[in-house]
Amino acid sequence: MIEVDHLTKRFGSVKAIENVTFQVEKGEILGFLGPNGAGKTTTMRILTCFLPATEGTARVAGFDVFDAPMEVKRRIGYLPENPPVYNELTVDSYLDFVAKIKGVDPKERKKRIEEVKNRVSIKEYSGTLIKNLSKGYKQRVGLAQALIHDPQVLILDEPTVGLDPNQIIEVRQLIKGLSGNHTIILSTHILPEVSMTCQRVVIISKGKIAAVDTPENLTRQLQGAERVYLEVKGPEAMVKTRIKEIEGVLRVDSNKLDGDEAFSFSVETELKKDIRSRIAKKVVENGYDLLELRTLSMSLEEVFLQLTTKEEEVRGQ
Amino acid sequence: MKYVFALLEKELRYYFVSPIAYVVLTVFLIISGYFFYNILTIFIERSMFASLQSQQFGGPPPSIDVPALVSRNFFGVLSTVILFMLPMITMATFADEKRRGTMELLMTSPVTNLQVILGKFFASLIFFLVMLLPTLLYQIFILLYSSPRMAFGPIFSGYLGLLLLGGALIALGIFISTLTENQIVAASVTFGAFLILWVIDLSARSGGTRLQEVLSYLSILNHFEDFSKGVIDTSSLVIYASFIFLGLFLTFRSIESLRWRQ
Repeated sequence: MIEVDHLTKRFGSVKAIENVTFQVEKGEILGFLGPNGAGKTTTMRILTCFLPATEGTARVAGFDVFDAPMEVKRRIGYLPENPPVYNELTVDSYLDFVAKIKGVDPKERKKRIEEVKNRVSIKEYSGTLIKNLSKGYKQRVGLAQALIHDPQVLILDEPTVGLDPNQIIEVRQLIKGLSGNHTIILSTHILPEVSMTCQRVVIISKGKIAAVDTPENLTRQLQGAERVYLEVKGPEAMVKTRIKEIEGVLRVDSNKLDGDEAFSFSVETELKKDIRSRIAKKVVENGYDLLELRTLSMSLEEVFLQLTTKEEEVRGQ
Repeated sequence: MKYVFALLEKELRYYFVSPIAYVVLTVFLIISGYFFYNILTIFIERSMFASLQSQQFGGPPPSIDVPALVSRNFFGVLSTVILFMLPMITMATFADEKRRGTMELLMTSPVTNLQVILGKFFASLIFFLVMLLPTLLYQIFILLYSSPRMAFGPIFSGYLGLLLLGGALIALGIFISTLTENQIVAASVTFGAFLILWVIDLSARSGGTRLQEVLSYLSILNHFEDFSKGVIDTSSLVIYASFIFLGLFLTFRSIESLRWRQ
């Protein structure tokens, strides 16, 4: 549905994005993850034909954003970071205007406006001036605006920024409900958002793509190793050597726990090898008390930090 | 065309929900009313004085065409007053869209830049017409109560001239509005530009050198004088049409370059 191929955008001598390549399948929700200033908005603006790219191509539903911008614009619903609303208009007259410039069939217009209002639950605010709406409701109006012409592709730039926790949950659910019929690209710098709503993630940092994968795979891949956490009552050094005897164990770190002679151990193991039962057996066989045992999976947050710090190190050298 | 109409409708709606529209309309009405009253009084007094003189000294009856003089001077005043009013009509056109981020909506919608510009231009022009509408009342008074009957022609040409002059000034104002995100800056710069046009017109009138002749030919305020006298000159039409075209063309280029500059 969306093909981005070696996209580069320069502002003067500054490269906002460099060699960005990714695809989005039909009906998929793609998360665009990166810190502020990473190039998320720039990429989205190129996809929506708002900005021209310096190099590379981008195609939406088979149409090139540079050669056939009108065709692309007809197929895209775009919610910029700040909802593009006119404060002095009512919700209804605003949606009516947007429906007209998006080329919605005049006979369908009324019906479409009602549909999107229901969809984002702003029906009771139809006659309200947009300036009197709260930030969350303005965001919904922004979303309604993006949906009004039933576009194949939705591009949402930080759709949950500035909302309160309840609103964030609602908007996320709304977006999830839209997948399937719409192909969605969603940008965010909030990590849990990606794992909650997206099927695939593009991590972008300093204008370059750092990784593209599912949230789960990404976590696993970047870990390089899996970790098991256990608490054992027994002599620290002995337990450590016993565990190290097990095949597949890479490293063992230990810490003294509060209270009687219990220690916590963090065991790093080879990827995709579940050796929890072997660790348990080993501990018990040697006559130590096993208090706790669980796998430690790295959160996406850690992965993300790792990604950006990696980048930092490279630059620092 | 239907896109232009949708944009025009939105602009007009926007004008009439903002207080600026009503302030501009009211101020214009007060100022134009005041000047109409003054001009009318001055010329009626002058003509009465002249006819008294002719009665006393037995000369020929005075040849002061009061209605024509009133209407000509009134149009002259209006053409100056709109220099102060039009910046307020055009200041928000693009500056405000840029500030509130709705420019992104317009530019990612399947409408062309030309459609957006035309929608805004015609909306401003229609607003300007609405502003002029009440002054028609004054003209109707003159038409009804003047004797001999005032000719209809100069009134028509006067309004046509105002519309063309207004169109040219609006096109320039809209262009200036694309250059900034700040309405106040847009209004100030537009007003400054209008003043420069005015100064050019003044200096063109003050002498007869080659340069001044050229200037008087190019001065859009100077061409308006013909219209207020009831003369519709093709060269004036061409000047106004070119000026409007130039303003809208600059707007178009400015909007296009917006995409590359950002």
